[in-house]
Amino acid sequence: MRHSLLVRITHWITAMSVAGLLVSGVAILIAHPRLYWGETGSVETSSLIDLPLTLTFGHSGWGRYLHFLSAWTIVLTGVVYVVSGFLTGHFRRHLLPSAEAASHYEPLQRLAYLVVVFALLPLIVLTGLAMSPAVTSVMPWLATMSGGHQSARTIHFFAAVAVTLFVIGHVTMVIVAGFAARVLAMITGGHETAQERV
Amino acid sequence: MSTRMTRRKMIATAVTAAAGVSGVGAAARIANRYGLIPPDHQGLYGVGETLTYAAQRVLTSGHSLAREFNRSQISPVAPVNGDPPTTESYLRHLDGAFAEWRLPIDGLVSRPASLSLADLKGMPSRSHITMQACEEGWSFIAEWTGAPLSSVLEMVGAAPQAKYVFFFCYDDWFESIDMADALHPQTLIAYGMNGQDLPPEHGAPARLKLPRQLGYKNLKYLSRITVTDTVNGVGKGLGGGAPEAGYSWYAGI
Repeated sequence: MRHSLLVRITHWITAMSVAGLLVSGVAILIAHPRLYWGETGSVETSSLIDLPLTLTFGHSGWGRYLHFLSAWTIVLTGVVYVVSGFLTGHFRRHLLPSAEAASHYEPLQRLAYLVVVFALLPLIVLTGLAMSPAVTSVMPWLATMSGGHQSARTIHFFAAVAVTLFVIGHVTMVIVAGFAARVLAMITGGHETAQERV
Repeated sequence: MSTRMTRRKMIATAVTAAAGVSGVGAAARIANRYGLIPPDHQGLYGVGETLTYAAQRVLTSGHSLAREFNRSQISPVAPVNGDPPTTESYLRHLDGAFAEWRLPIDGLVSRPASLSLADLKGMPSRSHITMQACEEGWSFIAEWTGAPLSSVLEMVGAAPQAKYVFFFCYDDWFESIDMADALHPQTLIAYGMNGQDLPPEHGAPARLKLPRQLGYKNLKYLSRITVTDTVNGVGKGLGGGAPEAGYSWYAGI
């Protein structure tokens, strides 16, 4: 299967954004590696989980700058990808497990991509916005739907863990399928057989 | 045929690029006109910062209120970051129960004033039970009581060209906020917390309460307020101590 130019470009921008988000997310998290449920939580209250991370201050400044730069990049790229994915039939032809069209992707693999694009990433964006006191002044339901400010933070963390697991699985499969050829295919578009051109 | 297509493509690309460049220029002018560019807009991080600030300013136009909570949701213990100042001047005011403390309000105002704690408490007050969320990740809920900053600015006659309000503190920290936040009904010069006088660790005698932004913009131990139309000339010209220390000027998320 040949990757379209749009899929290739959005793939690599997304990959860089995810890297930026994970690195900066950890930089923010280590300033307070405890998770709570509800609206409030601090060193004065009991936690839901104490993460086994060393408490480290001084990285949330650049961490937050990089986090929001990466967040804007992945969201704007994601909008382009999703809109064009519907217009070109990319989702229907390549990612719907029931689709008959020729593809090298297994049903489970297709499902994983759809879950990440349409469930996990939107959930991360919404719970991220739910932590914003300015955004929730306009959309308080974001926070209440999440179960509170701290619950939003906890969901945001576990959704990020799920994305990390997806990335690990994704890269592992790329390595198994032939790393150089697969990566090259995502850069140049790869081979196009006569049958796939149809 | 193919060369014509290429030339047509080239012209189309050039026209698109020119429109794009002038479009970005026009957008920047409009954004600046409507106060959508934060002081820390420089560099790559500044792109994300400008998108966040502009998007949130457009989204929160019309004085949307930060979430308010029930009295039963007030946190039993409210944690703090850092101790009160130990400077001679602050300790002297603390010893004297802030009777001699004055809050000068100057800059672009027609009637500069210097308010005592009694003056502030004599003004119409407002209370709200809101969350204070730290950028580190923790949060608590408390009731805050104070004089709305909008009333204070009205009293001193803030000039129409005012764009920023600067706050200076006894711990030598300083920050600025835009007029959208300065005139917001929940923005207080707070002197009370949970029905008591503001305790020293929470910023006695008075602090800024700005519930639509994170904790670090809610400055404690206020010593002076200055109204300006620019961030230049104050510190490094980035609008506050936070951006000078590598933290974003706008903390709405």
